[in-house]
Amino acid sequence: MKKIHGIGAEFQNAQSLYVAAKKLKASGFKRWDVFSPYPIHGMDEAMGLPNSKVSFFALCGGIVGAALAFFLIWYTGGVEYKMVVQGKPYFAFEPTFPVFFEITILLTAFAAVGSMFILNFLPRYYHPVFNWERFSKVTDDKFFAVIESSDPLFDEGKNKELLESLGGTHVTLIKE
Amino acid sequence: MSEQASSYFGPAKGNILERRPLVSNNRSMGWVTSHIAGMLESKTPVWWWVAVVLSAVVATLVPFELIYLVSTGVGIWGSNQPVSWAWDITNFVFWIGIGHAGTLISAILFLTRQKWRTSINRAAEAMTIFAVICAGIFPAFHVGRVWMAWYLAPIPNANAIWPNFKSPLLWDVFAVSTYFTVSLIFWYIGLVPDLATIRDRATGKFRKFVYGLFALGWRGANRQWRHYEKAYLILAGISTPLVLSVHSIVSFDFATSVIPGWHTTIFPPYFVAGAIFGGFAMVLTLMIPVRAIFGLHDMITRKHIDNMAKIIVLTGSIVGYAYLIELFIAWYSGNPNEWWAFLHNRVLPSAPYAWAYWMMMFCNVIAPQLFWFKWCRTNIIAVWIIVQFPNVGMWFERFVIICTSLHRDFLPSSWGMFVPSINDILLFVGTFGLFLFLFLLFLRFLPAITIFEVKAVLPEADPHYRDPHAEGAKH
Repeated sequence: MKKIHGIGAEFQNAQSLYVAAKKLKASGFKRWDVFSPYPIHGMDEAMGLPNSKVSFFALCGGIVGAALAFFLIWYTGGVEYKMVVQGKPYFAFEPTFPVFFEITILLTAFAAVGSMFILNFLPRYYHPVFNWERFSKVTDDKFFAVIESSDPLFDEGKNKELLESLGGTHVTLIKE
Repeated sequence: MSEQASSYFGPAKGNILERRPLVSNNRSMGWVTSHIAGMLESKTPVWWWVAVVLSAVVATLVPFELIYLVSTGVGIWGSNQPVSWAWDITNFVFWIGIGHAGTLISAILFLTRQKWRTSINRAAEAMTIFAVICAGIFPAFHVGRVWMAWYLAPIPNANAIWPNFKSPLLWDVFAVSTYFTVSLIFWYIGLVPDLATIRDRATGKFRKFVYGLFALGWRGANRQWRHYEKAYLILAGISTPLVLSVHSIVSFDFATSVIPGWHTTIFPPYFVAGAIFGGFAMVLTLMIPVRAIFGLHDMITRKHIDNMAKIIVLTGSIVGYAYLIELFIAWYSGNPNEWWAFLHNRVLPSAPYAWAYWMMMFCNVIAPQLFWFKWCRTNIIAVWIIVQFPNVGMWFERFVIICTSLHRDFLPSSWGMFVPSINDILLFVGTFGLFLFLFLLFLRFLPAITIFEVKAVLPEADPHYRDPHAEGAKH
């Protein structure tokens, strides 16, 4: 027999999923998630998730970008090959600001997107939830909650009852 | 239509006006998915084949012209002393300006929580990317010896000389390449959940594989959405100063020089307003036919078109104000060269480029004022006709700035007029073909409206929403 990834339930709308998420959080589950066609406003609080770390990495990217840009412009123009152009100083902040600004923006964008992918473990072509036939509706108009088998409170029978009592339908065991 | 839509919010209370729904006719999420995905899943329509073949034929002018240009030299263009920058830079600024509306819609309207942006942002961002591709052709090839373009990159070369970071032309290189990269990332990140939708609906194996590859295994988990939303917010936050910086830097190409007519501090805000103005005109030019052909009336409602028309009248008026202040300062500054450039090169009927100047004035300042009238904003055909004026006028604005300032330089013996060559014209026409070709491919292979964001603005998307009549949704 194949290993079990978890137990999933389908919900018909965002409202019932929101209520279910609050209950699942209160029941003390650790390894579970909800799935929706669009980001549901307030779901992070309902699931008790902390603020995303992406902003921290984006800030780091911005600082690295600014430092790199400063070093590039200052070193190449002011140290490595000094050349008088239009009688301007070898290095000054004013004329170098645009390039400095653009490189900072570029690295912030790379860091924001890169950290988003890393924190989300993407790209990942295969995932056990895709084994569940009904799950393909998650990108259309259905909502899902999945409790993973690695959760300490995982219990086929009890979890099934709980999910059904929350309004979940088509409660299914998802194979690995 | 409106009665049904208003039932979502219950009857109006007293004198309070109801907010118009962003998606009309009480549509369900399933309808949104199948309608948008249907645009690329249905049988390829005949008009699409005709349009794509025609635009591809026109687009082939671009490689032909570029091969001719590189093999022969920039002399095939009409640019010559004293007008050494002409259509090349005019077209560059024109195309890059068009791109700005896409970023405005996707970033600035996102930060200001203008939810109506959701049904137009995808197509507008695609337009941004294609416009920047068209724009990039001109500065890359106007250098003449295009194989030396790598000298612009900060990499050590044989002479050990680094790029001059004090030059506005190098600022341009960094601004435009950063703008293109960030716009592409922003667009792609927005596409990921929608590509997953197409993947999940795909019936063929190959189709599922390809869309699945680009969807990166997206599965709509809330633990993913929270990082996703944060990354999207940050991208919007940095794209806002980025878009303002790009056209400011483009204007520095002119403003930091000492040519009368160019040496003006008003240029950065004036260029940015003009870019947004011209870009919205192009968004409407493309979206009105797309809306009619694909029947997107419930998602791109009259309210959306009305809002865009209002932005056009606002930015058009800012542009008009900038034109007048520029003229006033030319006189008030007491600089005889500056005043001459305006009066005798542009404004007076005897000026050689008066026709272009007044064409610009009429198209950009006078014509959009029609949008003050509600009738003009709600009549779709009238809107489409009126927005053609900014499309033409914004090209003329750049032409006026560049050519009228250059054609009479400081030495009257070297004065001369600019006459475009056939190659100037064919290359410019070719970029239109390229732009339309790419846009048609986009319409056919990618969801042209952001599916997940449209769902998120439906009333039922709110986790605290209570449906007044549970069976109300249409399928």
